[in-house]
Amino acid sequence: MKIHTTVNGLEHEVDVWPGASLLALLRDELGLSGSKNACEQGECGSCSAWVDGELVCSCLVPAVQADGAVVRTVESLGGGDRLHAVQDAFLATGAVQCGFCTPGMVVAAVDLLERNPEPSDETIREALAGNLCRCTGYQKILDAVHLAAAELAS
Amino acid sequence: MDALLPRSLEEALALRAAHPDAVPVAGGTDLMVAVNFGRARPPALLDLSRVAELKSCRRENGTVFVGAGMTFARIARELAEFRPLVEAARSVGSPQIRSRATIGGNIGTASPAGDALPVLAAYDATVVAGSQRGTRREAWNAFFTGPKQTTLAPDELVLGVEWHVAHGPGSFAKVGTRNAMVIAIAGLCLQLDEDARAVRVALGSVAPTIVRAPEAEAFAAGAIPWDDPQSELPQSAVSEFGRLAAAAAKPIDDVRGSAAYRRHVVEVLARRALLWTLADRRPAA
Amino acid sequence: MSTTVVPTRSGVGTSARRVDGIPKVTGAFAYGSDLDAENSLWGFTLRSPYASARIRSIDVSAARRGEGVAAVLTADDLPARRTFGLEFCDQPILGDGVVRYVGEPVAIVAAESLEEARQAALAIVVDYEPLVPVTDMEEALRPDGPRVHDFGNILRHVHIVHGEPDSVEADVWVEGYYETATQDQAALGPEAGLAVPASDGGIDLYVATQWLHVDRQQIAPCLGLPEEKVRITLAGVGGAFGSREDVHMQIHASLLALKTGRPVRMSYGREESFHGHVHRHPSRTWIRYGAMRDGRLVACDVRLLLDGGAYASSSPAVISNASTFAPGPYEVPNVRVEGTVVYTNNPPCGAMRGFGAPQLCFAYEGAMDELAKKLGIESLELRLKNALHTGSVLPTGQVITGTAPVREVIEKLQAIPMPPDEPASGRDAISYPGGAGNVSRGESLRRGVGYAVGYKNIAYSEGFDDAAEATVTLRLGPDGPVASIRTAAVEYGQGLYTVLAQIVRSELDVEDVVVEPATTESGSAGSTSASRQTTMSGGAVLGACAEIKQELAKGPLEEPITRTYTYHHRPTTELDEHGQGDPHVGFAFAAERAVVEVDAELGLVRVVEIAAVQDAGRVMNPQGATGQVEGGTVMGLGLALMEELKLGDGAVRNASFTDYLIPTILDAPPIVSEFVEVPEPGAPFGVKGIGEMATVVVTAAVVAALRDATGLTLNRAPATPEDLVGIRPPATTTGPAPVPDVPGQKAIPEYLGMGLGQQELMKAREQ
Repeated sequence: MKIHTTVNGLEHEVDVWPGASLLALLRDELGLSGSKNACEQGECGSCSAWVDGELVCSCLVPAVQADGAVVRTVESLGGGDRLHAVQDAFLATGAVQCGFCTPGMVVAAVDLLERNPEPSDETIREALAGNLCRCTGYQKILDAVHLAAAELAS
Repeated sequence: MDALLPRSLEEALALRAAHPDAVPVAGGTDLMVAVNFGRARPPALLDLSRVAELKSCRRENGTVFVGAGMTFARIARELAEFRPLVEAARSVGSPQIRSRATIGGNIGTASPAGDALPVLAAYDATVVAGSQRGTRREAWNAFFTGPKQTTLAPDELVLGVEWHVAHGPGSFAKVGTRNAMVIAIAGLCLQLDEDARAVRVALGSVAPTIVRAPEAEAFAAGAIPWDDPQSELPQSAVSEFGRLAAAAAKPIDDVRGSAAYRRHVVEVLARRALLWTLADRRPAA
Repeated sequence: MSTTVVPTRSGVGTSARRVDGIPKVTGAFAYGSDLDAENSLWGFTLRSPYASARIRSIDVSAARRGEGVAAVLTADDLPARRTFGLEFCDQPILGDGVVRYVGEPVAIVAAESLEEARQAALAIVVDYEPLVPVTDMEEALRPDGPRVHDFGNILRHVHIVHGEPDSVEADVWVEGYYETATQDQAALGPEAGLAVPASDGGIDLYVATQWLHVDRQQIAPCLGLPEEKVRITLAGVGGAFGSREDVHMQIHASLLALKTGRPVRMSYGREESFHGHVHRHPSRTWIRYGAMRDGRLVACDVRLLLDGGAYASSSPAVISNASTFAPGPYEVPNVRVEGTVVYTNNPPCGAMRGFGAPQLCFAYEGAMDELAKKLGIESLELRLKNALHTGSVLPTGQVITGTAPVREVIEKLQAIPMPPDEPASGRDAISYPGGAGNVSRGESLRRGVGYAVGYKNIAYSEGFDDAAEATVTLRLGPDGPVASIRTAAVEYGQGLYTVLAQIVRSELDVEDVVVEPATTESGSAGSTSASRQTTMSGGAVLGACAEIKQELAKGPLEEPITRTYTYHHRPTTELDEHGQGDPHVGFAFAAERAVVEVDAELGLVRVVEIAAVQDAGRVMNPQGATGQVEGGTVMGLGLALMEELKLGDGAVRNASFTDYLIPTILDAPPIVSEFVEVPEPGAPFGVKGIGEMATVVVTAAVVAALRDATGLTLNRAPATPEDLVGIRPPATTTGPAPVPDVPGQKAIPEYLGMGLGQQELMKAREQ
């Protein structure tokens, strides 16, 4: 089935199998492999992206729902040589180890800071509760969000 | 697999009638799991995400109608005065899930673990179903007939759910093995109706469907000091309420928890919910 | 904040930024599951639904005719060696007449799309004759029960006797029984890779793994190829923690690629991933300590049983590791340890962070707490009284010649201030036990504190020479000198490549250091496991730099200088018939304190704080080091509270992240991390690997805290809400499992002359 969707500012016409998820569309049809597939059931958040401005697990969004929608992925952050403040903060605090959760974590953190520029620890934890990490123990991820919040505020 | 993409309720109902095998999907947070795992291969998807009529909510004459397409994120924002419903919405999955999962999905899937369902039961809500044949309303307990079973006809869609607003405090709580992202081992909603001097208690994940606890409700209605919010309920009454609520549960052992633990949780949550409700009735000192 | 932010590009001892950080935060980093090639096919595996069954027949005719299908292979189609395995080649590539665990691969399919491959697999008709499985580790010891392999169910039994354990007298005895569940590594990145057939008849593999060379050594004979024709390049790895030490999709994808002449990519879904890799051994431990009134330990008796599942994997090494640490980091003059790992028809178990040590630490620290109570001695005081130190004699007779700052580690832990008390009421709902479930306004909260001390070995043991090779090149670039490192060592997130770059920066005084992709073009660097890579590959890089410096001493840099160095640790020995020897290269020690808050009515837990002290020798990268401690702590916290692979008749009942629960950010506590830096003699920079030790001790510390909070006897990990409200009683036993009759200390397959795995690699090097 042919759908029209805007991804990271570019318009695409894509042929999708109706049973496919938005995640499969991004990775397999559009070559945007930054969003990851770690659980296929919306438990881990490594596929996090935005659809029409809302944070979603792209593995649970039927690809056909991207028709007419505006999709944004981790690849939309930063640009050229520049990193988004959140991405830089993750590097600065050591919040990246294997990195598999990182794109989804970064997207969720950006989403949080766009809505809440000065979140408390508890607010960050609630906002990132849907992003699993197996390597870091989350401590430095919390540090990174605080650091990014401070960066963005200044 | 086909995809049917209606843009209006009329179109959606027509497609539903013409393709009863097409599986309705809105948020996709249940269906896509099965599709991704290769366990579901419906002949077609009926995508309801573009049907604006399903996404509205209205308040009129003391009744609230919530469209099936309302997501838990929107419910938490737009229905803030319904505290148990908001608590249930906030306990659903993660922000990513809440922005897509819909109350209509909870209703249509009819899992006894559906987080909004104990709240709807405690609100004595009515499910609104529509088809080309017309609209019908059915009380929640008649609509849910078994685990993942409803009276929804093959040509019907869940349009939404409505209830008469009860004035009074209430709460929702659910227990899982970790602090977030859990399917409830047991859940409980308690809602007071000051005008009717009634108490409603609904239990989730502890029976084939959501159940109410009528004996516990009657007991609490008789015991609560309706005219004197400052007055305390004796501990023995609180304990009895908990015991009666637990007796209404018919839990099983499964991979998430044992029946014994579930019953125990209901008893504890019931006691706490009652005490919270009584505390919330007291005007601030 | 847990660490300070420091400038990028620094040498040893600084928190240099990750060398692979930028692609990881932008999403550009290519993991095994991201790789593709032109004209590629998708591979898919059909797996056994039975824990034990004979395969009467397999009919692939319908599958082969399927839409988009390019190949369907079964055991009948295998071209050469039919089995593989890390230590012993006891694991069939594809079910060969019999299947021994639920999830065992039976057939593989290559098709144009994953969906078509999956549909074709569904069309394969397998005629199984189900057999009675053995799924309990104690039942597996019975000689009259079902046999997983022809030669019986004992994989290895280790017997250690030191002193006079049978006749020693003590003032006080304590006895305990402890169980730990099957834990899963649950790395977020799935098993994945790409196999590309080459024009020379060989294969180019791009795969997420932990040890390129041991993979190649198993893969080549199974393809009927010489090792030079199997070329492996490391793909990005999304975590491992032991789950990638064994071969997963490599042989399958290669067979399909060679059969079809096209590249084949395979990537497991989460459910398949649970079936597609080894797990942590569940354990049963019977332990007895004898002590004098003053707290001095005089005796320790341990009977340990591990369930290895259907195939050997690295179980023989796990049981001997665990057995050698059984009495804990304490001087005990009279010790008996009987450790057995059995085969069952449960899914295979193997390496997972800690490698047997966490299971034992849970038992010995539980028993030490009991002993402390019985003696009326404070818990950490008892540890200090008996703490190992340099010069101590271990139960294997090994004398600790390296550092063993157990006392310093414990004292440093004691010095970390306790977290402040918190009021029970008035908190944000989400910060009570039960978190987002809104179950509490502060009712029935009980705080508890628990401690655990533990240790394990660094690098490989019992005579294994896991040497590591590295090549460093120094050349003049346009902006000055540039160095590059070529190593086959696997980086899977722990920060190895960053540390190697830091070493080169410090040694050669060069800012610009590049780590090249890891391939089998280099010599083996050994496994990224056993907390060994900083020592071993760090040592190799250090050695190469030293040789380059010698060259530079002769004159200024003009032509590029390349030096390859192979680093060996000191030799170790096997265990003799009494379990005596010099089996380990060195040891690392750690201690943690857990503070928990329990909702006593619901059994829900909030971990308030974990304090961790580790014996690190030398902290190479503070941010990386604390990152390892924090991650390792939360992983072990998972085993303490919520992680358990639930098996029913050998089938995994919770093979998804919905029901196999790993800690979320709402479950992870603040972690205070400190290090004791006493340089390990003979180790590069005096370093000790830190990847595992937090995981070794934290489970015991958290459950000790839960016992303190609830007053319950909690002798099983995880301690779930049902345990914490007393609905599930403690695990019981009818007594220690009987000791099997075995020909000696070695794994039984070795006595039978079965094809060897890692052993072969080491022996080949000796020649």
